[in-house]
Amino acid sequence: MKHTPLYQAHIDAGGKMVDFGGWEMPLNYGSQIEEHHQVRNDVGMFDVSHMTTVDFKGVEAKKFLQTLIANDVEKLKTQGKALYSCMLNEAGGVVDDLIVYYQDDENYRMVINAGTTEKDIAWINAQAEGFDVAVEPKLDLAMIAVQGPNARAKVFEAMPGVEDVAGELKPFNSASLGGLFIARTGYTGEDGFEIMLPEKSAEFTWKMLMEVGVKPCGLGARDTLRLEAGMSLYGSEMNDEVSPLEAALTWTIDLTDEDRRFVGRDALEALKEKGANNTIVGLVLEGKGVIRDHQKVVTNVGEGEVTSGTFSPTMNKAIALASVPKGSEGLCEIEMRNKMVSAKIVKPPFVRNGKVLV
Amino acid sequence: MSDIRDDRQYTETHEWILDNGDGTYTMGISDHAQALLGDMVYVELPSEGDEASAEDEFCVVESVKAASGVYAPADLEILEANEALDDEPELVNSSCYDNGWLVKFKSDGIDGLMDAATYAETLD
Repeated sequence: MKHTPLYQAHIDAGGKMVDFGGWEMPLNYGSQIEEHHQVRNDVGMFDVSHMTTVDFKGVEAKKFLQTLIANDVEKLKTQGKALYSCMLNEAGGVVDDLIVYYQDDENYRMVINAGTTEKDIAWINAQAEGFDVAVEPKLDLAMIAVQGPNARAKVFEAMPGVEDVAGELKPFNSASLGGLFIARTGYTGEDGFEIMLPEKSAEFTWKMLMEVGVKPCGLGARDTLRLEAGMSLYGSEMNDEVSPLEAALTWTIDLTDEDRRFVGRDALEALKEKGANNTIVGLVLEGKGVIRDHQKVVTNVGEGEVTSGTFSPTMNKAIALASVPKGSEGLCEIEMRNKMVSAKIVKPPFVRNGKVLV
Repeated sequence: MSDIRDDRQYTETHEWILDNGDGTYTMGISDHAQALLGDMVYVELPSEGDEASAEDEFCVVESVKAASGVYAPADLEILEANEALDDEPELVNSSCYDNGWLVKFKSDGIDGLMDAATYAETLD
């Protein structure tokens, strides 16, 4: 299995290591629920070095990204600004979801998922043919996500010089400091930074953050946090065969510029014309138990399926994201272990910035 | 390493059974099982008087990560379920052999259980 530069640090911290798409990663360091609360109430950090950074350089970098992804990098005007987008195939299915960071019209940085990296790079290279752009995967970068209401203050305390460049950074913006790249983004519904740094400095930085009280958190807590925040996970809410129009990601598609014929646009427009059948909603279980992935959901208008189910430590109830027919509302039933149980259909997010919203 | 108690017996499905010596037994899940499942968030318990046949799933423990059935080691009748777990399912994590017990039942006898040493070998 593959290891990140922080592998030994995880072992030393008592990490319970599991196979995560070919990477041996910490699921938790004892209690997933405590780690979850740690991020909601204070600050925690995640090793997300298994994700991949790709730089795009060249006079046609902008033009290429306007073809490659469904959101429009034209929106990015100031250095460091970030944009969330899907990258589609010709059929309008999602190849991956990603964040792209703007440097200038000839320099962009993209972060893609770990499990899709090989597929993505092959796809991107194939699309890049004929464009004057260099596609450069940065496989020697580590990434640490520091998240929680006290995340920024702790990063400034642990990492000298960062406050000078990132102290005034607005959400969804980034800054650089030597080999460090600091983005005010995340996947937990809390404030914080995602920090990209050279492999060699990863362990030192991790330890400095621990020194000031930032607790390591595993991928288990990362999943319950993102689910509470109503954020989609590639492979669960969307995949190569699911359109963003059916994954509650319509907001990430920019059709404003009619001349921008990005990959998958024709298929999206056809589906939009016809009307998408399904959408993603949130579910809150009325009784006791835990909702699990792939359980059947019966709503007022038809059948659907749980795409991500879990127990919400913040709400102390089972919650889920589910793909259901459009028009589903009110109460629904979930088939759990051969029983039908009642759940309420809600609009995600469930929790943001420490507050329950449903 | 897993904690395994010598005073009781174990099943292949990682339950422990303590013979109370009067035809009644107390049952829970092993330290190995609770560690594998992780943070417990819900325990679906049977009711007093419920009967189960050997190998029936008569109880479910659910962690954040997964749901896991608990199986009857013999034909049995439930005498008591640990109601403390309704409010504090995490007792199964923190005290799987004591306060985190699941049920007490009566049975005419149980075959095929492992002693602590044999169970320990299966975990290697």
